[in-house]
Amino acid sequence: MSSDAKKVLTSPIVDNNPIALQVLGICSALAVTSSMANALVMTLAVVFVTAFSNLFISIIRNHIPSSVRIIVQMAIIASLVIVVDQVLKAFSYQLSKELSVFVGLIITNCIVMGRAEAFAMKEKPVVSFMDGIGNGLGYGFILMTVAFFRELFGFGTIFGLEILPLIQNGGWYQANGLLVLPFSSFFIIGLIIWAIRQWKPEQVEKD
Amino acid sequence: MSSNKETFGKTVGFVFAVCLVCALLVSFSAVQLKPLQQANKLLDQQTKILEAADLLELAKGDIVGTYNKYVEAKMIDLDTGEFIEGNPDLFDERRNSRDASKSEKPKNDIAGINRRSHDAVVYLVRDGAGIIETIVLPIVGSGLWDLMYGYVGLEADLNTVRSVVYSDHKETPGLGAEVVNPKWKALWPGKKIFDEQHNLAIKLVKGGAKAGDVHGVDGLSGATLTSVGVEKTLHFWLGEEGYGPFVNKYRNGGLN
Repeated sequence: MSSDAKKVLTSPIVDNNPIALQVLGICSALAVTSSMANALVMTLAVVFVTAFSNLFISIIRNHIPSSVRIIVQMAIIASLVIVVDQVLKAFSYQLSKELSVFVGLIITNCIVMGRAEAFAMKEKPVVSFMDGIGNGLGYGFILMTVAFFRELFGFGTIFGLEILPLIQNGGWYQANGLLVLPFSSFFIIGLIIWAIRQWKPEQVEKD
Repeated sequence: MSSNKETFGKTVGFVFAVCLVCALLVSFSAVQLKPLQQANKLLDQQTKILEAADLLELAKGDIVGTYNKYVEAKMIDLDTGEFIEGNPDLFDERRNSRDASKSEKPKNDIAGINRRSHDAVVYLVRDGAGIIETIVLPIVGSGLWDLMYGYVGLEADLNTVRSVVYSDHKETPGLGAEVVNPKWKALWPGKKIFDEQHNLAIKLVKGGAKAGDVHGVDGLSGATLTSVGVEKTLHFWLGEEGYGPFVNKYRNGGLN
């Protein structure tokens, strides 16, 4: 892999993270992070959709009439999302029952459209595909981190395995009710952004 | 880039081509995956029914085989409580309750379901010798956020609870969603729905039921409205407008 493609793949994970730096895709980061299993499936779904929407849009980028380019991008993204939803229903019914609404909402995830419009419309297919995977992983990295804290301290479990035994199940840990609720992700995402900017001060905006 | 790609005809042609390809992709995946999806849905339903009949341990993972061996689905008319002809596999409570010709508005809609199907499916669960051990009744009622769908498993006297299993709900995680917590579900077996005079007596008690109270179950802490919803759902479905006529007919083991 050329160093260029590698950079496209890895830079969205920390250096140019879609959630932490570009602050895109926050809505679904709030909704699906109450458990790590949900966050993982959502990550895989978004990686798949951004990668392939970038690939297909890049392949036809020179033929898309600019007057209808947004709607063409939407049609491709929406079709991919429906496919993901159908596959989930067929192979992981329990998760699809919990995630179904949010999988549908990947269509409106700003990361997918943002990468299609900002990257895939200009770049070659393979590098666009890499960019899609990278951005999906960057999104997933934040999602998994948030879900880790929310599930551990909100339910006392990691991937459903009991780590901190809850009082209501005969243990000693009083679950943090705040972390169970979606808006608690704001605090965690805020702390992650702060931590990343401490580590990489060049991300701090100059006023 | 070609200079004439913006002509009207080309734009329409391009959009048409994209739509055609997308439509093919979507319909291909939907049609191809449909059998798997339906199998999953059925498996999920059968798992919940076996759980309501307390047969999951016995099934040891063989859901379909155990279900087919012990469970018999039968249609009933809710108003009369009589068994009726009909294919339970084709029955869909959610679809019927949206169809004005197959459902009606309850007079006293305490469960907040808006419309109730005329018919219902009941699941008769037999033991190895063919004696009916458990009757699993589908229930639905409003929780805090939305309708909660589930099953109540009753012993053959149609009074003693074997289980209350929710299969589909949108309650708050950690609070109302504790309706699926095994600890809470373990409180139900042995509780009595009706008192000596056949009046509905089952209740959820905020702060915890007294020891030895055969009609009282602990409410869910932090989820009073969900608890109220569960109680009203049971009162509706086991009352006159729900399975009441069926229960009156076959009370005290009359099904065997």
